Amino acid sequence: MMRHRENSKQFVNLCLKAIAIAALCLGSLLGQALAQGGGQLRFCLRSEPKTFDPLKVEDDASGAIRYLTGGVLVRVNRQTQELEPGLAMSWKVSKDGRQISFRLRTGISFSDGTPFSAEDVAYTIQQLMDPALHSPTGDAFRSGAGNVETKVISPSQISIRFPASVAGLDRLFDQVAILSEHSPKKEMAVLGPFMVADYKPGSSVLLKRNPKYWKTDEQGRRLPYLDSIELDIQPNRDVEMLRLKRGELDVINSLDSEYFDKLAVTSPQLVHDAGPSLDSEQLWFNEVARSPIPDYKKNWFRSANFRRAISEAINRDDLSRIVFHGHAQPALGPFSPANKFWFNSRLKPQSYSPDAALKNLQDEGFRMENGALKDKDGNAVVFSIITNSGNKSRERMAVLIQDDLQKIGIHVNVVTLDFPSLIERMTQTFDYEAILLGLTNVDLDPNGEMNVWLSSSENHQWNPQQKAPETAWEGEIDRLMRAQASSSDAKNRKEAFDRVQEILVEQQPFIFLINKHSLSAVSTNVHGAAPVILSPQTFWNAEWLSVSGK
Amino acid sequence: MRFWRKLACVALVLVIGASLAADWLAPAGYAKQYRDAINAAPSCAHWLGTDEVGRDRFARVLYGTRISLLLAPAAALVSTLMAALIGGLAGYLGGVWARMAMALTDLFMSLPWLFLLITARALMPLNVSPLVSVLVTFLLLGLLGWTAAARVLCTTAGSLRTSDFVRQARAAGLPGQRLFWVHVVPNLKPVLYAQFWISIPVFILSEANLGILGLGVAEPMPSWGSLLKELEGLVSVGEEPWKFVPLILLVVVVTSFQVLLSRQEEVAA
Repeated sequence: MMRHRENSKQFVNLCLKAIAIAALCLGSLLGQALAQGGGQLRFCLRSEPKTFDPLKVEDDASGAIRYLTGGVLVRVNRQTQELEPGLAMSWKVSKDGRQISFRLRTGISFSDGTPFSAEDVAYTIQQLMDPALHSPTGDAFRSGAGNVETKVISPSQISIRFPASVAGLDRLFDQVAILSEHSPKKEMAVLGPFMVADYKPGSSVLLKRNPKYWKTDEQGRRLPYLDSIELDIQPNRDVEMLRLKRGELDVINSLDSEYFDKLAVTSPQLVHDAGPSLDSEQLWFNEVARSPIPDYKKNWFRSANFRRAISEAINRDDLSRIVFHGHAQPALGPFSPANKFWFNSRLKPQSYSPDAALKNLQDEGFRMENGALKDKDGNAVVFSIITNSGNKSRERMAVLIQDDLQKIGIHVNVVTLDFPSLIERMTQTFDYEAILLGLTNVDLDPNGEMNVWLSSSENHQWNPQQKAPETAWEGEIDRLMRAQASSSDAKNRKEAFDRVQEILVEQQPFIFLINKHSLSAVSTNVHGAAPVILSPQTFWNAEWLSVSGK
Repeated sequence: MRFWRKLACVALVLVIGASLAADWLAPAGYAKQYRDAINAAPSCAHWLGTDEVGRDRFARVLYGTRISLLLAPAAALVSTLMAALIGGLAGYLGGVWARMAMALTDLFMSLPWLFLLITARALMPLNVSPLVSVLVTFLLLGLLGWTAAARVLCTTAGSLRTSDFVRQARAAGLPGQRLFWVHVVPNLKPVLYAQFWISIPVFILSEANLGILGLGVAEPMPSWGSLLKELEGLVSVGEEPWKFVPLILLVVVVTSFQVLLSRQEEVAA
């Protein structure tokens, strides 16, 4: 009797286990089905896309469409920041950095069925480098005078030779969407995961799944999982937030810290803080010799000790905590720690010490009189900081800096100007004393900032277009930047740019303030999302995303 | 009505008195930043909480009231006087004068003021103290804000010119200047008062918007306009009703002035 009971107990246990395993399998299958169940992803473009031609892209909206529709030879993985094969299975850059050879995938076709071959790559490069096209993407490849030569070795092999060495050559191809030479649809025939299906100017862009996309998942299922992506053109951030809350949108990129916190209170499961982004906020003084500001002020601004003292008197922790609600971190230098390879990890954080700042200024001949700082000629230290109006974060930062500098007797007038007026003062009239603005970095490679660091450049903001470097350290930066740009050796380039970062931190032509965090919101209906700091934060892996629950 | 007038009087005395006593009621001042208490809710230390950089909102409301109460009516006075001079006189004289004045008004209204203000800002030095910035802002508002009122006054003065009592006075031999001051101007008063009171909140809000051009009241000085800017984030206002205080003050002050004004109109009538 006992034995019979034990047997039936064992049988019941076995049955329960079998049911549990079956349920688990079913759940897993259901989850997988949901995760790969297609659906439509919806998000907002903040402006009208200016073009669908991937070679002419210069705005964010067009860039997002290029990212989703364009097929590229190599792709920078936005999560690891490493280069991965795309349409090219492998590639090789010559030692002199002038030539790159690609081995292409075979059996791939454009969205309209036109076969893809090395001839399409050659055609794309020819179009890209055509001076008449004025392609912003092509500009990055222009390293010297002369033509770019393409050599089609076979339908799956091509080599491209540039007139001079191009630093970080292979990574630049992340931005080059391959066009079809033979397709009658021209740029609308794409190799990326999605294709433009409908465009309503001022309203929306509809992207549909490219049925010919070459990539498959581990189970051999053709990507992308999504059926379509609807991009609504919506510049208003409040409306964008409201629509996300209503469930009318699935993702928001580059959330403002204030919006982030508001959303975190009501829907904490939606928000993602991916950590410091590549963007930085900085303050700089006008060091232009011909600027219409008094000479004694030019002398202050051209003094590295003065700039260092100002930097030391600014409480960056408070800027991060108060202005960005903790979604930012004090900047260490020109590159954010988010830039894994190029960031110089030897840089030390700038200390906050009004006392030390005041002592440094006193060593320079400044003196405190009745709570106001005066220079050795008796001029009160008063200057204005201009920033663009309407940008609440910068306005608040300016107010905090104004208060910080008041503690060492410096009177700051905060002036907010409309952006065109500010740019005119910054680039044309040089009629300003200090500017508070940000740098938006999309390129990991320092070559993307050549136009900022070279003293001859128009965007060398503190003292642009110098005929010859006006200071020894600017000359040193010029030399190092050119050296790294002409080298194809990553180690040498890194050493050179590390030194550039150190000089910039020593001399403080830009007083680097903070690096904002990369904030985003993703609906729980979206499966597979893993927001990152690089653009496009939330949909960088769009081909692996799926949306359920609609 | 008497009760409301008394209430208006009390409200105005309280608001003006509090703003004048700001140095005593809020000795820490409007610029002091309590960085460990940003966006704080009302408490004993901060009666109306703190703003986004930790400044005491009560102090800022008091000082902002002082600035706005002094300068917005001053700007309204300038614009109303200009409107009375141009519109009232043109309407009274009629004919070619009225057409010329209205053409000038139309021209003024059609000018792209935004760009002219940007030019004005570009001409101003960057290093102006917040006080100078305030004065310039309200002066500009006063000089530019007369056009709409001038049109209204021109029409009213035109109808007065052809009214029976003015015709009768003219027929009785009353000289033109006396006719204007004795019969026309007193009858324009209600319109002038109305235009004056309408202008005040308009100028307060315009001042806030002029901040976009770098012309508004400069930081850290507060004004009702800059305080009202806090209401931009409407999503959070429901949870932070104390942010409505500057708006309530604006409504109370303008309403109180209008209640008192109606009494003056009755006396004048």
